[in-house]
Amino acid sequence: MPDLATRTRSGPGRLLIAVYAVFALAATARSAVQIATKFDQAPLAYLLSAFAAVVYIVATVCLTRGNRTSRRVATVSIVVELIGVLVIGTLSLVDAQAFPDATVWSGYGRGYGFVPLVLPVLGLWWLRRTGQVADR
Amino acid sequence: MIDALSTTLTFVALGAALWGVVLMIANRPLAPDRWFGLGLLGVLLLLELGLLVQAVAGLVQLFTTDRDIEEFTFGGYLVAPVVIIPVAAFWALAERSRWGPGVLVIGCLSVPVLILRLGQVWDGHA
Repeated sequence: MPDLATRTRSGPGRLLIAVYAVFALAATARSAVQIATKFDQAPLAYLLSAFAAVVYIVATVCLTRGNRTSRRVATVSIVVELIGVLVIGTLSLVDAQAFPDATVWSGYGRGYGFVPLVLPVLGLWWLRRTGQVADR
Repeated sequence: MIDALSTTLTFVALGAALWGVVLMIANRPLAPDRWFGLGLLGVLLLLELGLLVQAVAGLVQLFTTDRDIEEFTFGGYLVAPVVIIPVAAFWALAERSRWGPGVLVIGCLSVPVLILRLGQVWDGHA
């Protein structure tokens, strides 16, 4: 049987990492442009964008590395991602004034086809599934 | 923007994505030594060349236009697909299962989205 790292980044995991990588790129580019060109307009939203970008980068890198430590870090970052999309998603609907400009997680990721909402669930499921095989 | 090129690239990317979906359903890996794998990689090469032309033409237009557009956003949408396709191909080739083409589907589907956003930024309602 292939080792844990190989299993983590193979099969559906490879697709998952690809989606994470796209979001890491999208969130990083978006927040970089926001912070560099119009930070004063909505500092909170833009800092959250940057935070989301970091979370996606960490998840992408750690899922790709796939060893035990990396998987633990990936789990934490994906849980943070899930909490982030739920909290920011709710806040952006309840208190729209606090979020004058959109982040990746606004409206539960509506601007990105709700993929930001589904992705952490799939990520945790995949980590759980590949981890279980290892215990057997 | 060069509308004809952007439209062509959109359809080529969607075609490549569809090809990837078919390979996933047929449970085939992205095999470069088989016609269905080599053909898809060939289409991706054409797509990449087209995206490069679009990026160069777009950047030239960006520096010569009188329009007031968000130059960094525009530049980002020009360069991103040029980076995404080769990385997706590399990542897909390392996978010896149906999920390899799956990676290409994700990469290819990002191209029409980026081209759509590119047009919106160019038109000024971004």
